[in-house]
Amino acid sequence: MKRRSLIKAFTLTASIAAMGLTWTVQAAETIKVGILHSLSGTMAISETSLKDMALMTIDEINAKGGVNGKMLEAVVVDPASNWPLFAEKGRQLLTQDKVAVVFGCWTSVSRKSVLPVFEELNGLLFYPVQYEGEEMSPNVFYTGAAPNQQAIPAVEYLMSEEGGSAKRFFLLGTDYVYPRTTNKILRAFLQSKGVADKDIEEVYTPFGHSDYQTIVANIKKFSAGGKTAVISTVNGDSNVPFYKELANQGLKATEVPVVAFSVGEEELRGIDTKPLVGNLAAWNYFQSVENPVNAKFVADWKAYAKAKNLPGADKAVTNDPMEATYVGIHMWAQAVEKAKSTDVDKVREALAGQTFAAPSGYTLTMDKTNHHLHKPVMIGEIQSDGQFSVVWQTEGPIRAQPWSPYIPGNDKKPDHAVKSN
Amino acid sequence: MPTALHRLILACLLLLPLAAHAGDAEDFLAANPTQQAKLLQDWAAQPDPARVELINSLQQGQLTVNGETKTVRLNNRLRGLINNVQASQQLLATEPKVRLAAAQQLQKSATPAQLKFLDQQLANEADDDVHSALSLALANLQLVDSDPAVRLAAVRLLGDTGDPLARTRLEALLAPGVEADAAVHTAAETSLAQVKRKLLVGEMLGQAFSGMSLGSILLLAALGLAITFGLLGVINMAHGEMLMLGAYSTYVVQLLMQRYVPQAIEFYPLIALPVAFFVTAGIGMVLERTVIRHLYGRPLETLLATWGISLMLIQLVRLVFGAQNVEVANPAWLSGGVQVLPNLVLPYNRIVIIAFALCVVVLTWLLLNKTRLGLNVRAVTQNRNMAACCGVPTGRVDMLAFGLGSGIAGLGGVALSQIGNVGPDLGQSYIIDSFLVVVLGGVGQLAGSVMAAFGLGIANKILEPQIGAVLGKILILALIILFIQKRPQGLFALKGRVID
Amino acid sequence: MNQPLMLTAAQKAGPKVTIAVGVVILAVLLALPLLSLLPADSALHVSAYTLTLVGKILCYAIVALALDLVWGYAGMLSLGHGLFFALGGYAMGMYLMRQASGEGLPAFMTFLSWTELPWYWVGTEHFLWALCLVVLAPGLLALAFGFFAFRSRIKGVYFSIMTQALTFAGMLLFFRNETGFGGNNGFTNFRSILGFGITEPGTRAVLFLATVLLLVASLYIGWRLAQSKFGRVLTALRDAENRLMFCGYDPRGFKLFVWVLSAVLCGLAGALYVPQVGIINPSEMSPTNSIEAAVWVALGGRGTLIGPLLGAGVVNGMKSWFTVAFPEYWLFFLGALFIIVTLYLPKGIIGLLKKKGEQ
Repeated sequence: MKRRSLIKAFTLTASIAAMGLTWTVQAAETIKVGILHSLSGTMAISETSLKDMALMTIDEINAKGGVNGKMLEAVVVDPASNWPLFAEKGRQLLTQDKVAVVFGCWTSVSRKSVLPVFEELNGLLFYPVQYEGEEMSPNVFYTGAAPNQQAIPAVEYLMSEEGGSAKRFFLLGTDYVYPRTTNKILRAFLQSKGVADKDIEEVYTPFGHSDYQTIVANIKKFSAGGKTAVISTVNGDSNVPFYKELANQGLKATEVPVVAFSVGEEELRGIDTKPLVGNLAAWNYFQSVENPVNAKFVADWKAYAKAKNLPGADKAVTNDPMEATYVGIHMWAQAVEKAKSTDVDKVREALAGQTFAAPSGYTLTMDKTNHHLHKPVMIGEIQSDGQFSVVWQTEGPIRAQPWSPYIPGNDKKPDHAVKSN
Repeated sequence: MPTALHRLILACLLLLPLAAHAGDAEDFLAANPTQQAKLLQDWAAQPDPARVELINSLQQGQLTVNGETKTVRLNNRLRGLINNVQASQQLLATEPKVRLAAAQQLQKSATPAQLKFLDQQLANEADDDVHSALSLALANLQLVDSDPAVRLAAVRLLGDTGDPLARTRLEALLAPGVEADAAVHTAAETSLAQVKRKLLVGEMLGQAFSGMSLGSILLLAALGLAITFGLLGVINMAHGEMLMLGAYSTYVVQLLMQRYVPQAIEFYPLIALPVAFFVTAGIGMVLERTVIRHLYGRPLETLLATWGISLMLIQLVRLVFGAQNVEVANPAWLSGGVQVLPNLVLPYNRIVIIAFALCVVVLTWLLLNKTRLGLNVRAVTQNRNMAACCGVPTGRVDMLAFGLGSGIAGLGGVALSQIGNVGPDLGQSYIIDSFLVVVLGGVGQLAGSVMAAFGLGIANKILEPQIGAVLGKILILALIILFIQKRPQGLFALKGRVID
Repeated sequence: MNQPLMLTAAQKAGPKVTIAVGVVILAVLLALPLLSLLPADSALHVSAYTLTLVGKILCYAIVALALDLVWGYAGMLSLGHGLFFALGGYAMGMYLMRQASGEGLPAFMTFLSWTELPWYWVGTEHFLWALCLVVLAPGLLALAFGFFAFRSRIKGVYFSIMTQALTFAGMLLFFRNETGFGGNNGFTNFRSILGFGITEPGTRAVLFLATVLLLVASLYIGWRLAQSKFGRVLTALRDAENRLMFCGYDPRGFKLFVWVLSAVLCGLAGALYVPQVGIINPSEMSPTNSIEAAVWVALGGRGTLIGPLLGAGVVNGMKSWFTVAFPEYWLFFLGALFIIVTLYLPKGIIGLLKKKGEQ
């Protein structure tokens, strides 16, 4: 009587335990590629489009005959914005699905969570988002910007005559590691340029903060003391209330420009940009960049969004992390062709010095040693149609400095990837 | 009409070097950004009615040369300079209103090069308001005048303003070794104290307003929950999603009106209110009939079921509208703000939301206390069995009450869409605050929720400038926990002798 | 007032069957880590993925059991158990970070330009002190919170919301870089524990075994509690606190004891969880996680000892499977599952099993 029920309970437990085991490998004619982006939870807002972009790029490569004569097969999983789940899914992709490479992660903490797994199993991860640096793993290729490829040029621009000769800086961020580190680097940089501490104000808000009344009032107060620029590392969701408050309290970009490091085309979709014209963002790519590669890239993406009936397809936009994903996948495919193998060690070797004509209009190079892309830096101004117009850009791609020279002790760090042990 | 005549003469005088202006547009187009800035500074020092057209089109980022319109790439520096030129030009305008706005702009942006021009204008200005605004603009520049008497007058004038910029200027003047004249120095100190006092008033008022505003938002977010949770006893974890659906209804209404009645798009939030109310009330009633009605009397299990509902609604919205935020724009009448004091701007959307929150509270109170439905709701929530015995259709009342709570949440969603982002996770960020408001106020007490919402809002805004937003929030949570120790039933406890 | 299900089940089925089934499950769980030590090409080999996945679920199961002690038995729904879990995890994480950094400071501190350890890190290089912290941090916090809350007779929903506020405040605090726990990134990149490499199959197996043992110990404690007079008082407290007081009992001590015990169990589970999944971060304290723990308990069947374990297993197992099989639709399944269970299985899965068993 009691036994049957308990046997059931047992089979249930056992089947859960066995779940991991039953995931068998399919036909060997394809190369499996893992995609590790959150499709639910708080990060879905940013990461969903990266998943779609990765799928589009894989389709594109397959349409040209795949890699080494084999088709790519995407394995999409949802780590659900849950950091331990990232590690678990990473391990699953590497050991159960036996993927050749993983494209994924957005937040630094998700990358930090999977990093030990990739180092332990010698996997390969392409990370497509700008981040705070301070990391260089042999198992990760970073296709987003390091601080010197985004933050520092932006501040240099603000200090230049053309950018408004800002004398005072209001560093506003969400309270977590990326803003804190970026601001630390910026503070050291500003001090090296002779900006006094009283002219730098650092303010942080909790995650998901939505009431910026006090902060905007403080920015106003601070800006009375001299030409001020706001450097915003406010995280995705909080940007809308922040910009709405800025606009409604009448703080104009001509008086106090805001330069943001986490606001791109995708984020602007959720904001009415008319009151924001003139505010800035620093990235390595904008959708509005004019060149044939980008024209094709944007057109392909729009067509893909329409064909796959993605939500909001009629307003589909491209942004910097999407471009970084696109570049990353292509570079990996090229490296596999060069190495004639998907073996991680061979691919890693082939990736060093790999080049790709990117939608940003430059031929990007994967650095020979530091696993970061050489990237151009562009400052874009928000336009009323939700796009950016580039007002300034570097002469050419610049090399990443993941170990920022503005953080003490980093001068002793090696300039090549070593396991974080 | 002596002033008009004066102005005319002046304009004529200024028109003298007209020959040089013929190629302004070409000059500007040909110049590099640094030269362009120089040009604009020159133009600001010597405004010329002939350039009105040019400056206006330049502000739009366009220039017409030989009948051909070209786009000019501007940056913020040039835009600022253009605004300054514009203001200079507008001082020559005939309507006092335009001149006043121009003078106010010049208070911020005038450069020493414009001193002479401003002096001339001030002498000719007849309108009192413009005159005083202009003299202030001038005073800013006169602080470095070589004549101590002029400086003294300027310093005194600045003392009468509550302008944050005046404070900086006076402080700069008071820096050691800047001001040699003792009289000016003393006057500057007095003026500075005056300005600081005025600024403080503005800051306090600003804080009070932002506290009220935050309170009204918390109230709108929590009011629906005060009914579904407070009265019906459903631990409604899907309440946040009702807010979110209200906000998405606003988005859809905006989208449809843009497409079909673009001439009335300004009023989309007004149309969105009933739409959001009925959409969310409808969804709420369906949920009540299909799921929640089976769970009355098991409050903690409603938590589980509504949590499930919330997950499904979030994912549903994500699939339909995409995971990204959608754009809900403030219409013109909700954009910008009213300048009350030099350092105090009250945004229209926040003013409207405060008024709206109060309206919703009053309506809800009337509905619950002055109508038959309200009577029934109170009867059912106080004693279900007794109410049923007296012939109250408890099932229908439950459904309507839950619908009402959801509908009010929908209204809250419309308001939230005007200040924040509209995305699938919108509800999640308000759910904890909403529960805190209802619990702090005392479950089942509408008045308590109102008090709690405004109390939390104001407390938050008093703490934030002192210790920062993060620690402020933590401290508020700690205070709530301590407060509940003192009054375990919330601010307004139900009085009664009932014990289980 | 119905008796706790566990007692009913135990009385009906008799201790023999329960013990027999328990032994079988235990044997399987004990075998898993041993099988993981087999060479990878062996047919019976259990992969590290499976082992960490099951290990993680077992940690969650302990949390569910701990929560059930306060909710199912004593009737206090805590929506803040994630805080205790995370505190235990952080205490263990501190030790692991010290192990990884050797003589120097943990990496994230050098990065903040801190030159010495904050006072609360003192001694964390010693495993024993870390273990003490694992117990003390959640235990003392629970003691303080419980003492005041029970003294003021905060009950029901008020209690739930207060615990939720507590964990939310904790999360915000730990998110700050200045708090000294690595901010949003938390602790990762552990190297070794007691000198053994953390990725070694042997270490994994031992950690897994420790988790199983903790689970068994928790079950035993719960079992003894449920059977003793103490357990009956708790149930009485859940069902009619006032009547209990009129009978001359002071409920505060009982509540406080079970509350602190539950928090400590959570802390221990957290301590075992961290080395197995390799990360601890403030999002473990997010109110959502704690609500999920309540969902496990409700799903499995509260007021029983086996129910929460089943609930934690089913929900997390499904989550792991759905997120791969239906990445875009899994929330629908999960949501629907919660609704169906509450509507049709008010006593949870265990209630269903019991009903089937009676037929």
